[in-house]
Amino acid sequence: MSSRTEILRRVRSALADVPRTEQPGDVAVPRAYRDSHVRGEEAAVFAERVAYYRARVVTCAPAGAPAAVARLLGERGARRVVLPGGFPADFLPPGEWSWLRDQPPLGVEELDAADAVLTTAALGVAATGTLVLDAGPGQGRRVLTLLPDHHICVLRAEQIVGDVPEALRLLDPYRPLTFVSGPSATSDIELNRVEGVHGPRRLDVVLVGEVGEIAEKGASR
Amino acid sequence: MTGSGTNVVWLGSPSFPEAARPLLKDEQLRGNLRRATTTIRERRLAVTGELDDWEELRTAGEALKRRTLRHLDRYLEQLEESVTRAGGQVHWAADAAEANRIVADLVHATGEREVVKIKSMATQETGLNEALAEAGISAYETDLAELIVQLADDRPSHILVPAIHRNRAEIREIFRTAMARYGRPAPEDLSDEPKALAEAARLHLREKFLRAKVAVSGANFAVAETGTVAVVESEGNGRMCLTLPETLITVMGIEKLVPSFADLEVFLQLLPRSSTGERMNPYTSMWTGVTPGDGPRAFHLVLLDNGRTATLADRHGRQALHCIRCSACLNVCPVYERTGGHAYGSVYPGPIGAVLTPQLVGVENAASLPFASTLCGACYDACPVKINIPEVLTHLRAEVVEAARARRRLPTAEAVVMKAAGSVLASPARLAAAQKAASLGGRLLGHSVRRLPGPLSGWTDSRDLPVPPAESFRAWWKRTDGGRQDENDKKDQKEGT
Repeated sequence: MSSRTEILRRVRSALADVPRTEQPGDVAVPRAYRDSHVRGEEAAVFAERVAYYRARVVTCAPAGAPAAVARLLGERGARRVVLPGGFPADFLPPGEWSWLRDQPPLGVEELDAADAVLTTAALGVAATGTLVLDAGPGQGRRVLTLLPDHHICVLRAEQIVGDVPEALRLLDPYRPLTFVSGPSATSDIELNRVEGVHGPRRLDVVLVGEVGEIAEKGASR
Repeated sequence: MTGSGTNVVWLGSPSFPEAARPLLKDEQLRGNLRRATTTIRERRLAVTGELDDWEELRTAGEALKRRTLRHLDRYLEQLEESVTRAGGQVHWAADAAEANRIVADLVHATGEREVVKIKSMATQETGLNEALAEAGISAYETDLAELIVQLADDRPSHILVPAIHRNRAEIREIFRTAMARYGRPAPEDLSDEPKALAEAARLHLREKFLRAKVAVSGANFAVAETGTVAVVESEGNGRMCLTLPETLITVMGIEKLVPSFADLEVFLQLLPRSSTGERMNPYTSMWTGVTPGDGPRAFHLVLLDNGRTATLADRHGRQALHCIRCSACLNVCPVYERTGGHAYGSVYPGPIGAVLTPQLVGVENAASLPFASTLCGACYDACPVKINIPEVLTHLRAEVVEAARARRRLPTAEAVVMKAAGSVLASPARLAAAQKAASLGGRLLGHSVRRLPGPLSGWTDSRDLPVPPAESFRAWWKRTDGGRQDENDKKDQKEGT
């Protein structure tokens, strides 16, 4: 007997007490929980919660995005910047950058040696301060946002949803999905949080809204 | 099924009270545990408290797991179909040995001799690393705590923070002495600052990630409807393993299923808040089969039974399979906080381990674990999927007693004592006589009895026995007419002075 047959046989015999006529839907799942814990001011809540993870959040009007990106890149003297296909030209920073485009696909050594990666995201989740990447235009392959040590993500305010249930409804499970909530971190040593283990140690979010001066949310708790 | 064949329990582990005794005297360990569990408890309370529908989320999580388990055969077949349709390959492993063999064969088929690993309870349970080593394959743990445990040739002691029993100075020593054996050595001037230690791990593992061709992972959830698999992590080592190699092998217990993609909305709220006490963990990866041009070209999903169907067969005990491995129950447990994880002698420590381990390996192979609890119920309150751990514990205690009775031709000393106690308690005269005898005996013994003699010693192995009082309540009642006489005596004394 194959293990497949054997395991399924064991499962069925273990469930002898379940009436044969019972359907999965007969087991009621009360969904009295909220669809969202954030109603209104999604962008502000998102910005606050992303910053809580010690990521940096910069908010700006659409016209201010290129300058904001340029400033974030320039702060650490980044030169070689990974740029996924389909990144909106409106958000490209002015200046002399050495763009690493993923065509043909970049090797892991090239990605590892890059100073930063500049992407968009599929959406943001306010309640949890989460960016979700789905390998769409402006985001590229998953590895592009993994090996460079600095990730700058440009997100439009209207891409922010309130909470996890709304986000999952908008996402396509057949695309590779990466939920990012702050920079990589560990609490494995005496439960002290240390940012930056294997993923990018620095995460900056440029939040593009309809209004507003560039206002920075500090990286403090 | 035998306990040793499943690997869930560590071979040669002493019983819980025996293992706990020296650990309770380890002040370093107790300090580490107290600090760690206190911190994480406070964080969990803060982020679960900010959701006013936390109870409703728990209720939904419990119901979803119950629905899945009651129709597990159907969902498993559906998952197999979905994963296959998306370009993955599904394998079925009845026990640990079979799972290890499947993984070793898959690695050999790639021609590689090393794999990188994401922290995975399932592969710890099967003892995969040791099995791969025997097959000539090196497995490198990439989670920081798992790396510490592997470098020290140690055992994990917590589900979420496996090196919770180590402090920074110990970790520095482990890195300095052992890193060179596995690859890039630790920097000469390594300090014991957590930041410096994390940096050393980053450098040590980076070369392994960049050259890795095969990765092995566990799974937090798998969606039957779509074939989507989810891994929840913090450090990014998971993302490295899930995206860089050409071949990905995921080993998953058969109970990790959820029916639909939308059901993840419940668990992605419950798990991070219960586990690390964060609104969301830094990284969650989800993938469905293989995606051309992005990540591994081959995806294998190994579905592991290894005692789970035996657990499922127990109507009272099957709820232990709801567990989403958050470890909240460990952090609130007064017993775990004092003994740490090693005392449980199993991959699964703490309250959930005390109910899961005996069921996975058979109660006769972990007979002390259902008793490793005060039944205070804090674990039940903390559990995000409402596993009634105290209920399962008492159910398993009865099973341990029954199993012991069935094995012996002669009754146990405890059974004899219980029978005698029943006879004494049934007769007021016999009880009075017994209490008088006990109080006379007790006066010879001081304040407490550390150890009863002979076959009765089992009772005192895990508890001190208070000495019987000089006068029993019944005797006092009789002598003082329910306290009235005693009061009069006191009054008389006062008036006399």
